[in-house]
Amino acid sequence: MTNFFEKSDLSRNEAENIISDTLQKCDDGELYLENSKSESILLDDNKIKNSSYSSDLGFGFRAISGEIVAYSHSNEISKDSLKQSSENLKSTLKSVKGNYNHEIPKSNKKYYDNINPIEQKSLNEKIKILNDVNKYIRSKNNNVKQVTANFLGEQKSIEIIRSGGESLSDIRPLIRFNVSVMLEKNGRKETGVYGIGGRQSYDSYLKEDNWKNVCDEALRIASVNLESKPAPAGEMKVVLGPGWPAILIHEAVGHGLEGDFNRKKTSAFHNLMGQKVASEGVTIVDDGTIDNRRGSLTIDDEGTPTEKTVLIENGILKNFMQDRLNARLMNTRSTGSGRRENYRHIVLPRMRNTMMLSGKQTQDEMIKAVDKGIFAVSFGGGQVDITSGKFVFNCTEAYEIINGKIGSPIKGATLIGDGPSILKEVSMVGNDMMLDPGIGTCGKAGQGVPVGVAQPSILINKMTVGGTKL
Amino acid sequence: MVKDQVFLEKKASYCLDLAKKLGATEASVIVSNSISETVNFRNKKLDESNRSDNLSIDITTYVGKKKSSISSSNLLNENLNILLEKCIETTKNTPEDEFNSLPDRDLLAKEVKDLNLYDDTNLKNDHKIDYLKKLEASAAFNKKIINTESSFTQNKSNFILANSEGFCDGYKTSSFTASSVTVAKDENSMERDYEYSSKCHLEDLEDAEKLGKLAADQTIRKLSPKKIGSEKISIIFDKRIAKGMLSAFASAISSSAISRGTSFLKDKINQKIFADSINVFDKPDILKGLGSRSFDNEGVKTDTLKLVDNGILKNYLIDTYNGKKLSLKSNGRCGGASNLYFENGRMGYKDLLNSSSKSLYITETIGHGSNIVTGDYSVGATGFLVENGEFKYPINEITIAGNFKDMFQNITLANDLDFKYSTNSPTMMIEGMVVAGK
Repeated sequence: MTNFFEKSDLSRNEAENIISDTLQKCDDGELYLENSKSESILLDDNKIKNSSYSSDLGFGFRAISGEIVAYSHSNEISKDSLKQSSENLKSTLKSVKGNYNHEIPKSNKKYYDNINPIEQKSLNEKIKILNDVNKYIRSKNNNVKQVTANFLGEQKSIEIIRSGGESLSDIRPLIRFNVSVMLEKNGRKETGVYGIGGRQSYDSYLKEDNWKNVCDEALRIASVNLESKPAPAGEMKVVLGPGWPAILIHEAVGHGLEGDFNRKKTSAFHNLMGQKVASEGVTIVDDGTIDNRRGSLTIDDEGTPTEKTVLIENGILKNFMQDRLNARLMNTRSTGSGRRENYRHIVLPRMRNTMMLSGKQTQDEMIKAVDKGIFAVSFGGGQVDITSGKFVFNCTEAYEIINGKIGSPIKGATLIGDGPSILKEVSMVGNDMMLDPGIGTCGKAGQGVPVGVAQPSILINKMTVGGTKL
Repeated sequence: MVKDQVFLEKKASYCLDLAKKLGATEASVIVSNSISETVNFRNKKLDESNRSDNLSIDITTYVGKKKSSISSSNLLNENLNILLEKCIETTKNTPEDEFNSLPDRDLLAKEVKDLNLYDDTNLKNDHKIDYLKKLEASAAFNKKIINTESSFTQNKSNFILANSEGFCDGYKTSSFTASSVTVAKDENSMERDYEYSSKCHLEDLEDAEKLGKLAADQTIRKLSPKKIGSEKISIIFDKRIAKGMLSAFASAISSSAISRGTSFLKDKINQKIFADSINVFDKPDILKGLGSRSFDNEGVKTDTLKLVDNGILKNYLIDTYNGKKLSLKSNGRCGGASNLYFENGRMGYKDLLNSSSKSLYITETIGHGSNIVTGDYSVGATGFLVENGEFKYPINEITIAGNFKDMFQNITLANDLDFKYSTNSPTMMIEGMVVAGK
C-alpha cells in the first residue's frame, strides 16, 4: 500500500478534515489518490527501440451536489494544493444543501494479487524474450519484413477517502504482451497483430514458451491477409467467430447501456428498459469479477465492489451500468461500474468484461446456413454513435461464405450496423463462448480504460459490409 | 498561474547535471506545466467544473549508443534522484543502437521567434458561464433540440526543453476552446452533432450564439435519415472530414513509417502521388497558429516545407533517429506536422457541389478504417445526398471505401480553405469511391 502522506507536509488527519469540511453539504464526493508505475519495452526493426519507465502520482478531489460535479486535480500532494482544490470546488458549488450519502457496500473478495509485475521479471529477461520473438518469427517465414513486439507493465495503487474519513484502497497489476508482423510478397504488404495480457505477472502468460503461440498467431493472420481479395460491399449475412469479435457487443449495445447516456436520454436505449431488444436466447452480462481479467476490478474507482451485472436476459433489457452519481439520480444503486483512466479524470459509468453467454448451436451450423455472406474472425477497433445507435468495427481477419462453405480471405473492411436492432437480427447463438486474449482498451470522453469481452459464435441475418467490390 | 521559466529551467538543469554525474554521455529533458479550467453546461444548467494542474518531466539518457527514458509527474528532487538512477541503470542494460543520438548541433534552433501563441487573459469561471449561457440558449432555441451539452476550456501551458548539447528553450502557449454537442429528435430518429471553436487568443473565439446555432442547425438537418444502395459515386468531404485525409497522409510520410517500411508511400519521393493540381504545405510559423511551434520536440529548427508540389511528393516528415537511419537530415518534424494544409483549389464550393449530377456529402465518419501499410480505407459514414448541387436528404448507416493511392489521384479541392484546426483542407471531392449501403 502506498502511504500517500508519508513525504507530504499534509497529514492524513488534516486531509480528512479538509475533505469532510468541503463535502459537508454535498450529496457525494471523495478524495481519490493514485500512484502508478509503468514500463514499456519495445522491439522494432531488429532492435530494442525503446525502454521507458514512468511514475505518476496525484490526487483528484470531487464534490457533487444534485447533478453538478466539481472536480480539481493536481500532482502535488500538499496542504496548499489540497486547500486550493477545496476552494475551487466550493466556488463552483456556491449554495449547496445536500445530504452526504455515506452508504458504500463492502466485500472481502479480491480478483487479483497484490503484485508489481514490473519488478517480478528483470529487464534483461524481458529483452531476451523480445529478441527471441524477433529471431523466431524471422526464421519461420522468408516474407517477414518487419517484427514489432512489446511489453507493457503497470502497477496502480489507489486510495479513496470519503467524508468522515472512511478509506478504501486497491492495488491493480496489469500487463500486456503484443506482437505485430508485416509480410511482403510480390510487392504486396500485409500485417498481422496478436497479443495477450491481464492482471497477473508476465510469467503467468509467458510460461512454457507460450510467447511462441502469440508469434504464430500474428504470423498466421498476416499470411491469411496476404492472400485476401477485395471485400464485398452491401448488406449480407455475417457469422462472427467467438472471443474478441464480441467488441461488436461492446460497441453496438454496451455503450448505449451506460447509465449517464440513459439518465441524459441521449442513448438510443433510454426508453427500452424491460422491453425486448434482442432475439430470444441472447443474454449479455458485464462482469467485473472474473479472476485476473483485464477488465476486472476488486473495487471500482468510487470504492464500490464490482459485480456481475445482467444487462440483457434472454432478449429483455434488464439493467444499465451505473456509477454512484447516475445511480442516485436514476433512483437505483451503483453496479460498481464507476471508472476513470487516472486521477486526472472524472468518474464515468464504464464497461468491465462484457460478455454474451453461450447458446446451443455450433459454428458449423451457422456457416451452413449462409448462402452469401462473410465469416469475421478478428477485428481491429470499433466505434459507436450512441445517439443514432450506428456502430462500426474493422475486420482484420475475415472470409467470404458461399453456399454454406468458407471461401477466400477478404481484405479488411468496416462493418456497420444499428445498435438497438442488431441483436434482433441474431438468429443463432453458438455453444462456444470464449474470452478475448486480454488486449482491449475502451475510449470514452477522452479516457481509456482496460476492458474485456467474450462471446460465442453468432449468426447475424443482416449487416452492411463496407468493401469495395460491388 | 503556470510555473515560470525559471522554475522549469532549474528542474531541467538539475536533471541534466545529475544524469552526467551518474554516467550519462548525453541527455535531454522536457519539463512542462499545464493548467486548464473547464466549465460544462447541460440543458442550460451548470453540470461540471474541472480544474487540472499537470506537471510532468520526461528525461532521456544516453550511454554511448544506448538509450532509455523515464517520465514522472512528481518533480521533487528526491523522486528525481531515484528515477534518474533507475534510468541510467536501464540505459546501461539496453542494447546499443547505432542511430541513437541527440540532434546535430547545427540543426538546433538558434532563435525562438515570437509566434504570438500566448494570451495572458485569465477568464474567471463566471465569465465562462456567461458565454455558455448564451451558447446554450442559442443551441436549444429550436424545439427539435432535446439535449444540449456545452463546454468552455481555458488552458495555459509552459515548457522547457533542454539537452546536454547546451540547448535550453521553451515558451508559454494558451488555448481557449468552446464546444457544443446537441441532440435533436423527430418522429423517425434521434441524431447528434456538434460545433466547436479553439483559438490561442480569447478575442478570436467564435461568437457564442453563432456557435450554438451552428451546432443545432447541423444536428437538425440530420433528422429522418435514409439508407441508400451500394454503388460507385462521387464523394464530397466536408472540411472537418477532409482534413483526415491529410492526417493519414502525414502518418504515411513520417520518417518512422518510411524507415520501417510500413507505409504505402515508401520510396515515392519525387513521384506523383496526388492529382496534378494538389499542393501540400506544412508551415510552423503561422502567427497564433494552432499547430505553430518554434522548434520540434528535439529542439531542431523548423522551416516551412512544401510536402507536395503539383501532385509530386517532395519531403518526408523527419526526426533525428529515423533521419539517421534513412541517411537524411532531420527537418524538425519530431512530433509530426505543424500547421499542415492543402493549398486552395480553383473551384468554388457551390461549383464543387454542382460538378456531378449526384454525389454524397460526408459530414461525419466513424471507425478506425485507415490502413497506412496498404493504403486501404473503409469507414462508417453519415452525410447527405446531393443532386444537381442541392442537399436532398440525410443519409446514414453506410460505409465508404477505397484505397488512398487511388483516392489521392482523384482529389478535387474547392477554394474555401480556412485555419480552424491545426490540419486544414478545403472542401474535397473524390471520384470513384464505393459506398456500401442496402
